[in-house]
Amino acid sequence: MGVTPQLSKISQQSPSVFDLHSAHKKEGPALLTSIDALVNWARSNSLWPLTFGTSCCAIEVMMAAGAAHHDLARFGAEVARPSPRQADLLVVAGTIVKKMAPRLRTLYDQMAEPKYVIATGACAISGGPFIYDSYSTVRGAHEIIPVDVYVPGCPPRPEAFFYGLLTLQKMIRDGESLRRPGVRKAPVMAALPPGITMEDLRAELIKGAKGATT
Amino acid sequence: MVTVEIKTKISSLDERINAMALQGESPLGTQEYFVNMGPQHPSTHGVLRLVLKLDGETVREIIPVLGYIHRGMEKKAETLGYRQQVHLTDRLDYLCSVMNNWVVSAVVEKAAKIEINDRIQTIRTIFAELQRVQSHLLWWGVFGMDLGAFTPFLYGFRDREKITKIFEETIGARLTMNYIQPGGLMYDIHPDFVKDVKAMISYMKPMFKEYDELVSGNIIIQERLKNVGILDAQSAVALGASGPVLRASGVAHDLRKIKPYGVYEKVDFSIPIGTVGDCWDRYSVRMLEMRESLKIIEQLIDSIPEGKHLTMKPGAKIRPPAGIYYEQMETARGIFGVFLHSDGSEKPSRVHYRTPNFHNLWCLTKIAPGGRIGDLVSIISSLDVVVPDIDR
Repeated sequence: MGVTPQLSKISQQSPSVFDLHSAHKKEGPALLTSIDALVNWARSNSLWPLTFGTSCCAIEVMMAAGAAHHDLARFGAEVARPSPRQADLLVVAGTIVKKMAPRLRTLYDQMAEPKYVIATGACAISGGPFIYDSYSTVRGAHEIIPVDVYVPGCPPRPEAFFYGLLTLQKMIRDGESLRRPGVRKAPVMAALPPGITMEDLRAELIKGAKGATT
Repeated sequence: MVTVEIKTKISSLDERINAMALQGESPLGTQEYFVNMGPQHPSTHGVLRLVLKLDGETVREIIPVLGYIHRGMEKKAETLGYRQQVHLTDRLDYLCSVMNNWVVSAVVEKAAKIEINDRIQTIRTIFAELQRVQSHLLWWGVFGMDLGAFTPFLYGFRDREKITKIFEETIGARLTMNYIQPGGLMYDIHPDFVKDVKAMISYMKPMFKEYDELVSGNIIIQERLKNVGILDAQSAVALGASGPVLRASGVAHDLRKIKPYGVYEKVDFSIPIGTVGDCWDRYSVRMLEMRESLKIIEQLIDSIPEGKHLTMKPGAKIRPPAGIYYEQMETARGIFGVFLHSDGSEKPSRVHYRTPNFHNLWCLTKIAPGGRIGDLVSIISSLDVVVPDIDR
């Protein structure tokens, strides 16, 4: 881990797909690193999302994923699978409550590696409108499963969801190698100014929550 | 001499197997077993869990298990002021968010005796009807997809986007509108609103014919829906069903006619009702309702009265006198009611939502048993449930 990824850095670092020069610069033999780039490129362009939606965000994700107006097929991610065994992208669309949390964890565990998670909407990021004074809401999907990209909004527009997906694709292309499987970047929030991390935001939220209750 | 009894009656395979199974003689006899449907299932429209007691392929009993999206809204509403109640109702039945906003605003207006003008009422009515069409279009698309047809999904979402654009223009939101507030509206309508609504109506009218040619006239769809999941009028009333589910069973109950609110008494429209109460009736009632909604909008769109869009100071604190208040309205799925108990302070001491989907879902336990598991999906889909509205 240890690498602090920010959007600007990712966009600078992410090697263009067949650019072998940038692949050479990394450590290790040239062949393996080029295979890494190829594999990551292939993975990033064939994400199969799981049809998982709990509330309002699911409609906008459906709008983005299935409908003709904003076509997710342009990014190679239109094959929505109802079974977690066949999917490799979990889009947490909507609020997660305490009763649903073990089920979400089971769904995540059933997915085959490599698997990626996008948390869409305020509820999946922090609890959203239910962050205060709710006895049943889980404050963010990261409390249950590791999240790669957060997409803010309540609910996010389909375009925002696309931006999150493109951010995830960049992360995958820049991401784990064959020699270091499972090593993943820290989560990023799509559409966030560079230099601000999720940790900063979370600290702000906690400070705000303390201020609201006292 | 041994006499052999010969059965002359030719019965179906099912009947014979069932008869033999009852006597415990058949090798083909089935036994009852339980299957979990959901909470992760593409046809339950969210995180609804149904425990099915099956016998072979026949559904014997359905036990809905709720709570997978219970967010504690009613408790949370007690911590919010009267003006802040509105945004919570967006997230109940997110496909009828404007209508939900209207109900909670109406009950606060009734409690605090806030007067509103004709312009506000007219705009509220137009937005509510726009959203009814939008909601039914989404239902139509998803209904087609549940039955295995992908084209309605594309058509429904394409045309829904036209109405979403109108909402976005005035309100700025696409789904959770947060538009109607106690005392009026959050913003006045966009200058292009009237023009865009008219363009949408002239676009939508021929589209309904296309939907009918594409889906309603399809023999496979008709065979899968007709005489499936029959809900008789008596059970529908007893189970507390409302909206298109109740009207499809032949009960002409629509709050827009019975107890008109907004400007519904000024406009001319009819309420479509079904005869049998099967999935096909629920389908046709919704398809006809969309046409009626457009008719209402057409009558109102040219005569929006002049006036203010907010009759009170924005942000003024509301303190209704102590008491119990209730208001209900007809959303796209049925009667949505808000019960409010005020103790005279800035926050309500108890809020309860009477949501249509909770009651409509319970019709499933009445109509699905006895049918096949294949029909179950079309029945769930024809009830058009939104799960966060059930769990609250």
